Amino acid sequence: MLKVFLSRLGQAILVMLVVSAVSFVMFRFVGDPVASMSRESATIEEKTELRRSLGLDQPVVVQYGHFLARTLSGDLGISYRNQRPVTQLIAERLPATLELVIVATLLSLALGIPLGVLCALKPNGVAARGVQALSLIGISTPTFVTGIVLILVFAVSLGWLPSFGRGQVIDLGWWSTGFLTASGMTSLLLPGITLALYQLTLIMRLVRAEMIDVLSSDYIRFAKARGLPARYIHFRLALRNALMPVITVTGLQIGSLIAFAIVTETVFQWPGMGLLFIQAVSFADIPVMAAYLLFVGLMFVIINTVVDILYAVVDPRLRARSA
Amino acid sequence: MSTLQPPVLAIDDLRVEYPLADGSVFTAVERASLVIHTGEIHALVGESGAGKTTIGNAVMGLLEKPGRIASGTIHIGGKPLDPNKGSAEGVVLGRDVGAVFQDPMTSLNPLFTVESQLTETMRAHLKLDRAAARARALQLLKDVGIPEPQRRLKAYPHQLSGGQRQRVVIASALSCDPKLVVADEPTTALDVSVQAQILRLLRDLADQRGIGILLVTHNMGVVAQIADRVTIMHRGMVVETGPTAEVLRHPRAPYAKALIGAVPRIDARLERFPVIGEEGKGRAAEARAVLRSKAERTGAIADGGPILSVENLQVEYTTRGVLPGSKGHRFRAVDGVSFSVNSGEVFGLVGESGCGKTTIANVVSGLLKPTAGRVTYRGHTIAGEGMVRCVGPLRQAIQMIFQDPYSSLNSRMRIGTILAEPILFYRLASSKAEAAADVARMIEAVGLEADAAQRFPHAFSGGQRQRLSIARALGARPKLIVCDEPTSSLDVSVQAQILNLLKDLRDATGLTLLLISHDLAVVRQMCDRVAVMRNGKLVEEASAETLFSTPQHPYTRELLSLVPTLDRIRGEAQAA
Repeated sequence: MLKVFLSRLGQAILVMLVVSAVSFVMFRFVGDPVASMSRESATIEEKTELRRSLGLDQPVVVQYGHFLARTLSGDLGISYRNQRPVTQLIAERLPATLELVIVATLLSLALGIPLGVLCALKPNGVAARGVQALSLIGISTPTFVTGIVLILVFAVSLGWLPSFGRGQVIDLGWWSTGFLTASGMTSLLLPGITLALYQLTLIMRLVRAEMIDVLSSDYIRFAKARGLPARYIHFRLALRNALMPVITVTGLQIGSLIAFAIVTETVFQWPGMGLLFIQAVSFADIPVMAAYLLFVGLMFVIINTVVDILYAVVDPRLRARSA
Repeated sequence: MSTLQPPVLAIDDLRVEYPLADGSVFTAVERASLVIHTGEIHALVGESGAGKTTIGNAVMGLLEKPGRIASGTIHIGGKPLDPNKGSAEGVVLGRDVGAVFQDPMTSLNPLFTVESQLTETMRAHLKLDRAAARARALQLLKDVGIPEPQRRLKAYPHQLSGGQRQRVVIASALSCDPKLVVADEPTTALDVSVQAQILRLLRDLADQRGIGILLVTHNMGVVAQIADRVTIMHRGMVVETGPTAEVLRHPRAPYAKALIGAVPRIDARLERFPVIGEEGKGRAAEARAVLRSKAERTGAIADGGPILSVENLQVEYTTRGVLPGSKGHRFRAVDGVSFSVNSGEVFGLVGESGCGKTTIANVVSGLLKPTAGRVTYRGHTIAGEGMVRCVGPLRQAIQMIFQDPYSSLNSRMRIGTILAEPILFYRLASSKAEAAADVARMIEAVGLEADAAQRFPHAFSGGQRQRLSIARALGARPKLIVCDEPTSSLDVSVQAQILNLLKDLRDATGLTLLLISHDLAVVRQMCDRVAVMRNGKLVEEASAETLFSTPQHPYTRELLSLVPTLDRIRGEAQAA
């Protein structure tokens, strides 16, 4: 167990070093900061002075070292557009995205797993066929179409749910949450469903395929031969085996939901990370883009590490291999 | 008393059908009848596809869909089985009928502990609470002879050996005191010594607890050793049934005679295995004659001198430690083994699983590097210290045949392409056309039709695939073929054909064979000299005749005594 953890940690640090190098290089290739920071009429001496005071005259490796040191101390630079620390900007936006992603993930797991099991148990039943057909639509419709249709039906025609924004939020320290107010909760629904739809179909299809595989395995036949109740066999024995790959996929999906909820956030004007990133791109706000890159990298690394450790928790064979 | 009780299992005129997609019906079992009384072991024997497992599944109501019981009756403990529900009124699967499956590696769920898998059955059927179920599970593990049962309860399946897992499976089958146990090939996946223990355990259960056992198997030796009665099946039909001694000694049906004749004997060597109808002999002989003339031209015909020698071979596997840099555990799979194989002979390497015999095969064929020692082929070192630089041409001379014919042929390639690969790789043909002609000859030499080249591997049965594997090995024009358990996944009659084929090829082309097997009877029939391995070491090496008639090492003697054979038939021994 310790070995799994240590080796994963080592890999995580390596990946983060590479990501930080890429994000560092971005500053150097996407325009010269001196040119964008100094007056147009600045003399060469003034520019050299500025360059020296920014430390840009030093060797690349030294600059990278400084960049790393700054990043580790939480200083990701100042946004060109907002003229505020990037760390602060991200901290403001993070709760919105995370809450959206949590809702979407819970929705997709809560519906995807039972539906997947249903489809696996009665593959030729009416319900299973219906769900299968619907899932095809779910997986092939682009997110913005689903989002717009949902807004049209529930916000515009029926007027039940808000069509944009987070509603009222309550600040808990630095975390602003929409979970504690009615308007916050209702605002989460539509974007949550939109974001969940694709994950839901993915998880459902994965659970179905894995379940069908597991159900034909010897140990399930043996469980049947021991006369165990069907419900027990399906939900306690088979499902646990079938969920192994679901852990991986869910982990990866959470990562990409956080990083790429951009379309949904744009459709619903959700004040999250995605919207921040889109704005940064359109204004060539390099510190924000670089920080975003670092953040997404960190997110994936953390999630993958957690997934690897979860694997070892669920599957005793992996525990033994590492011991 | 017992005659008044209804039999544990009574099957009468059973017919099991599988409706096919095109509307026709495949009949898996037809007119099958058998009766099992209390404390009786009834063996159901036949080759794969004979329908014996289908009967076992029908009894347990586990027929794969869309299979169904079309007619006939099954009574369990006198209660009729409802063909629609697949169960009998008042008979609960798991409580009244226990099951033991073939492969203990896959019949336990890898994610749950032994305790959880043992107690769940009892908690479901006997409504025991956790503590009571646990106490009973502990007792069961003791009953089936698992050492340190307290500790094993907490173990996961992967922490147990194959034999221990099968004991756990048996313990779980017994957990609710069933009257009937359906054991489907319970020892096929196990070593002889473990097999002997499991068989003894099953016999004890029948004798002491009065359990009736339906033993599905293809191994005649197993039948002879523990069954009271035997039913032989062929293509879904019962061809013969009766007391074990009577059926095995004096089989009446032609198929039963052929099946029993095909079982390799351990007591005497025969020139050829009796085989149920050999086809295409003429053309095969012709093709082999061409192979022989080619072999003569390249000077491959056996001269009796040493062709392969293994000197002080050592192979270690290392598992890495917890921290980088720390020393891990080292496991010595092969520990100082030396032997040499003379050209033209069949050299057998026997031992139980994990003894290192396959590791040696892998080193000889270059798949694995030895830790110490070396392997030389005609004086050239091909593995280990002082290995020659240009080992390629030497590799051509040594080819391999693997155990599983299903996974050793690429299912996406046509047979022609697969077989042409070694020929083209070693540039043994000047053109594609010549290679194709060579391929056709190989296919005929192994007794198949030449049009096989156009087909994909899935179109062939296990035995045919193994023939194709042999053809592929022959394609490289080898001097030595390493056969790693070439017949252990095949039926006896097919095994007999493949072994005959290897013998014929050896006689025709002067090939040398290094035969690796756990089956002593096969080794007895095939080999000129035999080496016995145990825990990575060679314990005895002798000519086959000497080894089987006067084994020197106690381990060899033990192995020989454990092999279930047709000579020691249960009932006869007791009477004598």
